[in-house]
Amino acid sequence: MAHAATAAHDDHHYTSTGLSNWKVGFWTFIGSESLFFATLISTYMVYKGRSVTGPYPEEILDIPLTTISTFVLLMSSLAMVLALDGVQRGNRKLSLVWLGTVILLGAVFLGFQVYEFNHFVGQGLTIGTNVFGSSFYVLTGFHGAHVAVGIIWLSTLWILAFRNKLPAADAMKVEIAGLYWHFVDVVWIVIFTLVYLIQ
Amino acid sequence: MSAATTTAQAHPVVHGEGSGIWSWITTVDHKRIGILYFLTSFFFFFLGGLEALLIRIQLMRPENAFISAETYNQMFTMHGTTMVFLVAMPMAVAFFNYLVPLQIGARDVAFPRLNALSYWIFLLGGLYLNSSFIFGSAPNTSWVGYANLTSLQYTPGRNVEFWIIGLSILGVSSILGGVNFITTILNLRAPGMKLMRMPLFTWMTLVTSFLLITALPVIAVALIILGFDRFFGANFFEVTAGGDPILWQHLFWLFGHPEVYILILPAFGIISDVIPTFSKKPLFGYPVVVYAGILIGFIGWGVWSHHMFTVGLGPIADSFFVASTMIIAIPTGIKIFNWLATMWGGALRFPTPMLFAVGLVAVFTVGGLSGVMHASAPVDLQQHDSYFVVAHFHYVLVGGALMGLFSGLYFWFPKVTGRMMSETLGKWHFWTFLIGFNLTFFPMHFAGLFGMPRRTWTYLADLNLETWNQLSTVGAFIFGASSLLLMWNLFYSVKRGEKAPPNPWGAGTLEWSLPSPPRHYNFPALPRVRSREPLWDDEEREEVEAVTLADPVHEPLMPSPSFWPVVVALGVALTWILLMTHIWWMPLLGLAFTAVAVFGWAFQPAFR
Repeated sequence: MAHAATAAHDDHHYTSTGLSNWKVGFWTFIGSESLFFATLISTYMVYKGRSVTGPYPEEILDIPLTTISTFVLLMSSLAMVLALDGVQRGNRKLSLVWLGTVILLGAVFLGFQVYEFNHFVGQGLTIGTNVFGSSFYVLTGFHGAHVAVGIIWLSTLWILAFRNKLPAADAMKVEIAGLYWHFVDVVWIVIFTLVYLIQ
Repeated sequence: MSAATTTAQAHPVVHGEGSGIWSWITTVDHKRIGILYFLTSFFFFFLGGLEALLIRIQLMRPENAFISAETYNQMFTMHGTTMVFLVAMPMAVAFFNYLVPLQIGARDVAFPRLNALSYWIFLLGGLYLNSSFIFGSAPNTSWVGYANLTSLQYTPGRNVEFWIIGLSILGVSSILGGVNFITTILNLRAPGMKLMRMPLFTWMTLVTSFLLITALPVIAVALIILGFDRFFGANFFEVTAGGDPILWQHLFWLFGHPEVYILILPAFGIISDVIPTFSKKPLFGYPVVVYAGILIGFIGWGVWSHHMFTVGLGPIADSFFVASTMIIAIPTGIKIFNWLATMWGGALRFPTPMLFAVGLVAVFTVGGLSGVMHASAPVDLQQHDSYFVVAHFHYVLVGGALMGLFSGLYFWFPKVTGRMMSETLGKWHFWTFLIGFNLTFFPMHFAGLFGMPRRTWTYLADLNLETWNQLSTVGAFIFGASSLLLMWNLFYSVKRGEKAPPNPWGAGTLEWSLPSPPRHYNFPALPRVRSREPLWDDEEREEVEAVTLADPVHEPLMPSPSFWPVVVALGVALTWILLMTHIWWMPLLGLAFTAVAVFGWAFQPAFR
């Protein structure tokens, strides 16, 4: 009787769903983050066209320029997939190249954003100018902050890989970072569509 | 069995290793964290109660000047904020922490260090919020903080800053807790513990956790944009620049109504475990109670504008929210009938936990009925912002949430401490609570209907409201005295209470198969569960207890203590608090500190 009651999988890696805790936990966190960005985006949408003074979005948003930075960010997701593949294969060189590419592309995207913010401020749009300025800077600023966190996270993984401390057995670490990165990308697709394309 | 019981009794404090202060600061044991959550929220309960008593003294007579209008504003704001964010929520989380792993057959939560982080952030947030009293500028714009009363123009002092920052810090804690409990419940159930075999308390924890991770980000954004207005000159609620104060109300109640269910569902879960135990019957219609809980969680997202009927959103919006609000009464009513049906024909016993559970069913129903009254928009127009509403939500939150938590406290106290609580004191506590509570809040229905407005410092003698207010004040003091009885009972019983066996109430769920108190690793090996009440079937109970009461061959490897959660919590709090310097780069220092601590944490192995 007693043996029937004792679990067969009595160790740290046993989970009821078969998925790792990290994966379930992180997907849950992404669910929470989705609501965070959904609220920020809704705020932006509610205030669309409510500004009483300029500059207005249609005067200032540069679609061609942002299309380029959007393309850069989307390509970083492709590199992220290849980086995870490299780590899962235990290939140090591929891991380093592709993780490095993600970091670089992420940094280029942030560079575009810094340029854009500077340029807008130069044209007289600050956070206190009108409700467009407030909702635009807070929404895209929080997205940019997420990209920055992702870059720091991936750089840590790059250093680990460089020191030969990111074996295939640790691929989950990269997979979780990848989930985060792809999520931040998807959020940008929504922002790019709603803020830039549909004015 | 005898061997295990001896082990447990040889070390009365068996929650993890060590007993010094450092061992509590660095603990990652869900049981210790649960105890910390309880003690902290119990402390805040008395603080919030003291604020309530000052309010009641002030309102005892018309045109009273016991406290100034400004102090009064701070009192009702801090009373509401404290009771919601520092008492009801964390006290429920104390139960999540202590019980969920024991109920599902796990050794700890999925992320033990994250769990410690949630607690420390909560503690720092609570202390920070209350530190505002030292500077004489406690939040004073009510717990709903409507824009644009909270703007720099209308509330120039630090009061609102304390509120924005305090709630933001607390929100981080709740989101992390939600993530942790969802993962724990989905992933760490013992073999055979299918979802539809989980105790109702664990089920309601799961639903509540989903509400936490979805509702808290909404208020986080509301607080952030309000913060940008105040700290960085943004225009979100600046009417002259096109900002819309109504947006605040939508965001706040979009969070605020799910929050109501965050407060009440844990209590529903608790009494759904208590009532079957003292009826000696399985919960009537278990799946229906589970689905009703899930349904409440979903519909709870679609009723927020019933807090805003007086805003003038138009007949279509008002009708929609009238309908959805009335619909949510259905799953709630289902639960009430299920509890009644569970008791029907049962072998009923009425020790203190059962008294509080049955008390909840009765008193909460009164609050539910007044809720259905102002679900109707035209009726609500009469009752809005009057004491009728104050009466309503105290009936559901004190008569519902708090009574449920107290029921759980008496019920699981023996499991946590290894000692029974005094039944005599418990019964005194219950009856004084019931009398004090009803005497405080029932007259408020009348005061409200006769025109007494909420959040108003004083009232004129001509309004004839004095009698109702005096009744409430007397009731409040009886209520306060009853809380002292509870405190005395806790102190007394921890030291002198009768020794508790593993299953003193003859309950059916898994946590009662463990020694009281459980050993720090909970389960020497994982038991196999075959039914909803494994301890009510003799054969299954013997199987389970052969595992849960046995001495392990090798002591299970448990996650090591860590001081990083405290350090990260300090960093998180610091980042927010440094905003008060009004120097834009100061919070970045806090952020850098947090980042360093996160790295320290990430590179410290969880098992050492």
